[in-house]
Amino acid sequence: MLINQPNLVLDSAPAAAESGNVTLHFLQGVAPEAVPAWLLPVAAAGVSVGVVIGMISVIAMLCVWLERKISGHIQCRYGPMYAGGWHGWAQTIADGVKLLMKEDMVPSGADRALFMMAPAIVLGAIFGAFVAMPLSPDFYFADINLGVFFILGMSSLTTIGVVMSGWASNSKWSLYGAMREAAQVVAYEIPLGISLMVALIVAGTFNLREASALQGDWFGMGWFVFKNPLFMIPASILFFISALAETKRAPFDLPEAESELVAGFLTEYSGIRWSFFFMEEYAAMYLMSLVASVFFFGGFQSPFTYLAIEQFGADSFIANLVGAVTLIVKSMFGICLMMWVRWTLPRVRIDQVMTMGYKYLTPLSLICVLGAAVWEAII
Amino acid sequence: MVDLQKVFYSGLALLAIALHGWGLASAGPAGLAFGGCATLVLGGALMCLWERSVVRSAFSLMATFTGCAGFFILLGADFVGMAQILIYVGGILALLLFGVMLSPPDMAERKLARVGGGLLVMGLGVAWVSAKVAASVKWAQLPADELPAPSTKAEDIGIAFIAPDQYVVPFELAAVLLTVALVAAVYIARRRISDFTAEPDQGGR
Repeated sequence: MLINQPNLVLDSAPAAAESGNVTLHFLQGVAPEAVPAWLLPVAAAGVSVGVVIGMISVIAMLCVWLERKISGHIQCRYGPMYAGGWHGWAQTIADGVKLLMKEDMVPSGADRALFMMAPAIVLGAIFGAFVAMPLSPDFYFADINLGVFFILGMSSLTTIGVVMSGWASNSKWSLYGAMREAAQVVAYEIPLGISLMVALIVAGTFNLREASALQGDWFGMGWFVFKNPLFMIPASILFFISALAETKRAPFDLPEAESELVAGFLTEYSGIRWSFFFMEEYAAMYLMSLVASVFFFGGFQSPFTYLAIEQFGADSFIANLVGAVTLIVKSMFGICLMMWVRWTLPRVRIDQVMTMGYKYLTPLSLICVLGAAVWEAII
Repeated sequence: MVDLQKVFYSGLALLAIALHGWGLASAGPAGLAFGGCATLVLGGALMCLWERSVVRSAFSLMATFTGCAGFFILLGADFVGMAQILIYVGGILALLLFGVMLSPPDMAERKLARVGGGLLVMGLGVAWVSAKVAASVKWAQLPADELPAPSTKAEDIGIAFIAPDQYVVPFELAAVLLTVALVAAVYIARRRISDFTAEPDQGGR
């Protein structure tokens, strides 16, 4: 019958061993004979999810601290200096504990079920997207052939969560925030996808691991942005602007514009549910930076990775470690760029956001796709 | 008076347990994934019919669409599954919500009796069709293992769309149709400059 077909994903253990993830390989190596074969993929999935959640939580906490320090220094002050000792490094942990202690309030007029479900959907979707993200040649969770597609789909799920939170709050500020979010994301998903398509034309693959591996020539500097500079540099700028709008970052933070809408869709939330939305914002920034690093700026390839691969071999632990560190440093650079923009530019108006998305970014990204296709056909 | 809402959600929970159990019993952990997707699809669809608020109905469609994507991925059609999430959840559902979201929660309720009657009729219809289909299929003779595995790779789908001897003409025709529809929608919905000038001042709406 239907579910006995051979091409089922979880069913076929040999296929899973070929394309499966690192945790599955590890578990297959250490598991005793008595463990049934079907348990291993399930356990590997559980371990992968745990690793992803742990990694993103730590990165998000680091980013919150970094944002406060960077904004402080941009405004000629220090930012948090007390908690933890060295430059207030434990400020986010202290904040997290405080948020956990706060009362979990649901407004009496709110749609209780949807109100409580929305943060979970937002956070779950963004965590799901990270499953497709490889950190180094051999360190990945799911080697999905259509990785970018999966990531874009998952990050579009977060929109539904935000809209849900805005409607369920039963407050006009929240509703306006949710409306803006829906309109903005629908508008900016187009230039985001199309500017990414420029990179896909150059790469020739949807798979993030393959795309990273393709950029290892020229001593680790064969990044896609250098291979087709005429169209890839504008495409990377378009991608950056669209990613800012997609992750609700200033100057596109219209859904939570605090000077107009109190706090937008966050108005009625408090405590840990509020912090889930915040965590999602930083996780989405990290995700977009990772995607930009992989498809525009070389992924885990750099001269250091090149040297490590030359010295120790592509399969070695050190080469993988250097690759993962390279990718994380590149994405951190992207995150710092987003923060720099946020604390430099004022917020744009909602009609300006729409005009920019539909009238400028979309046609420009289409021109880039056309140009890149012609370039690839000629060269 | 029985609390219909509680009865409905208990029934939904029972359905979920039954689907998971059936999947686990017939195909192991993959069947469990199948049961999860089936629960999402059926539960979302039933909730879409049952919920009194239009917006909650729209939100429950998210479960249905995601479950459908799960089915596609389980069958090996990754591309279709992800396109399902990207287009239906990210695009169509967001636009749908955009349309219904401005209805206030208490005014958007539908009459339960009519919904209940519709559910009954629909359930009977679905049951009849399913029974017909189930009776007409020769279950024992399904050649599932003998069929050549269909290619679901994105490359093959892309080539099928641009190869002159395959689907290029229907694909381009559909694209032209969509463009025409889009231009027509813009033409119908646009406001001419005379609309703005002719409009009398409402005095601060």
